[in-house]
Amino acid sequence: MADARAEILGRVRAALRDKPDTPPVVRDYVRTGDASVELLADRIAHYRATVHVVTPDEVVPLLAERLAGKRIVVPDGLPWDVPGVTALRDPLTVEELDRADGVLTGCAVAIAQTGTIVLDGGPGQGRRALTLLPDHHVCVVRSDQIAGTVPEALERLDPLRPLTFISGPSATSDIELDRVEGVHGPRRLEVLVVT
Amino acid sequence: MGTRNPVTWLGSPTFPEAARTALADTQLRRNLRNATTTIRGRRAQAVGELPDWERLRRAGEAIKDDVLHHLDRYLEQLEAAVTARGGVVHWARDAAEANDIVLRLCGDAREVVKVKSMATQEIGLNEALAAAGVHAVETDLAELIVQLGDDRPSHILVPAIHRNRSEIREIFRAAGLGPASDDPRVLAEAARAHLRRKFLSCEVAVSGANFAVADTGSVVVLESEGNGRMCLTLPRKLITVMGLEKVVPTWQDLEVFLQLLPRSSTAERMNPYTSTWTGVTPGDGPEEFHLVLLDNGRTATLADPVGRQALRCIRCSACLNVCPVYERTGGRSYGSVYPGPIGAILTPQLVDDPHDEQAASLPFASSLCGACFEVCPVRIDIPSVLTHLRARAVEAKGRSAESVAMAAAAWVFASASRYEKAQKLGSLARLFAHDGRISWLPGPGAAWTSSRDAPVPAREPFREWWRKNRG
Repeated sequence: MADARAEILGRVRAALRDKPDTPPVVRDYVRTGDASVELLADRIAHYRATVHVVTPDEVVPLLAERLAGKRIVVPDGLPWDVPGVTALRDPLTVEELDRADGVLTGCAVAIAQTGTIVLDGGPGQGRRALTLLPDHHVCVVRSDQIAGTVPEALERLDPLRPLTFISGPSATSDIELDRVEGVHGPRRLEVLVVT
Repeated sequence: MGTRNPVTWLGSPTFPEAARTALADTQLRRNLRNATTTIRGRRAQAVGELPDWERLRRAGEAIKDDVLHHLDRYLEQLEAAVTARGGVVHWARDAAEANDIVLRLCGDAREVVKVKSMATQEIGLNEALAAAGVHAVETDLAELIVQLGDDRPSHILVPAIHRNRSEIREIFRAAGLGPASDDPRVLAEAARAHLRRKFLSCEVAVSGANFAVADTGSVVVLESEGNGRMCLTLPRKLITVMGLEKVVPTWQDLEVFLQLLPRSSTAERMNPYTSTWTGVTPGDGPEEFHLVLLDNGRTATLADPVGRQALRCIRCSACLNVCPVYERTGGRSYGSVYPGPIGAILTPQLVDDPHDEQAASLPFASSLCGACFEVCPVRIDIPSVLTHLRARAVEAKGRSAESVAMAAAAWVFASASRYEKAQKLGSLARLFAHDGRISWLPGPGAAWTSSRDAPVPAREPFREWWRKNRG
């Protein structure tokens, strides 16, 4: 049997024997946009996530109020020590993650126009399973992490890292196009945008 | 061609026959009309929000054409980048070869979790795995509904769009998931509980890919429920099956498609979850990553200068939701994993067999109204490809009923006396009419009236009336 790779590449070259020409890609679409806290907060709320716009001093008190008494997964590298919270630290088994009440993270970038937060596994974010199995994800976004548009966000990201773009809580519209929050991922997404 | 290409479903009737059955199903038509009307409105709103939509479409079209016209180069680049980051690349000429590769990679696993994937549906992977004793669990809610109902999908994006909530409750009850009501919330909760254990214990996952970036080796999956994230990150081994045409040249190109795809498909600014991964990352996600590059008729499609633009498709399904034919007949009438307008041009080309009557009937499953081209985010000129493929189908068939009818018409029109006689004969067709409509004609006319009514011819031909009254 001939090598599949060689045969497929041969078929591709034979198929293009008419030497089709390719006009250049014109990138005259919008590249930059409003990167304001207000727009990001508005767009995240649209997905039925909970949004709080806070000053730096308000972060810890608000986290304490929301998470006190809970068992929360906390990745390495988060600058906040939240009183009253039982912090669960990696390494954790999937069963332990599944039983946690929630997870607290930072993010790498946020996109104002689409209301998206992006995690890249960097400090304060942990591996991908941490924000997937617990039912409640609380994410803190600094204002300098906000990009206006999708093009601006992709420019800031490192494609070699494992990336997760999150726009609202887990959702499905598979039954009569009725949107239901929470199928397999976290059912509650709560975002603190720090001014 | 040796074995049958599973892009079309074995034993499916040709489109006109299937459409006739579907048209008689009022529940199906109601479910479909509600769904497509809703999603059409939402999409128009999501697209209207972007002032640069047309410019994004043109960029999407140009990037995809660049990919297709230099596909050999980009595939080699992708392979090198994935390999350099610890992934393994496999090449599959057809469905059977792809299924063999996946089966071999499954090793001792008896169960695998799957995130919805058009490519694996196209090759009939679940059936091939089942034949070898491996159960593939579909984890997308709609896919699960289809799988548990032993049914076939009817939409690219919402495979169970033809089912309403009470039908879904029945399917879940029969499968032992026991939801207490038909509230979508309760149904989703039942699916969550059913699948959680599998996600936490499965060793092998299978996915498709929305895009793969040639210069970095990054693979991209867009989804909503989180089942994709589960499959991509929890099992020890990840196998991704991807059509050759899904490659894009650079990381920057994603900025175009991450805007075009969500708004065109689910009418959202962004889908809830997008995952990208590049090879393997120690300590995060699968330890082993395999990428299967699938031809299965794609290079044959690429060889047709008119038809190759079908390979620009990013599977958003916008063309299904605007198509008046799809809205009335439903996705299963197309007898293929790719329904609707895009299926009508993609399926016959991927099947690449002029003697497959079912595939050959698909380019005729359209009114050529052009709505599909207007909404297509990568500007595939579906109507032009449809007429091109119609011509090809007629050529392959020799003298079809339609070409015989056209030849007869030419003979009648060529002589005035023949024309007048034919008109009088036409008046006889009134005998078949009810309430001023003809819904059934005998003989060759049946092909026209099987799925639509014909107007009743005039009692008296105009020429005859003129001669009597004015002549």
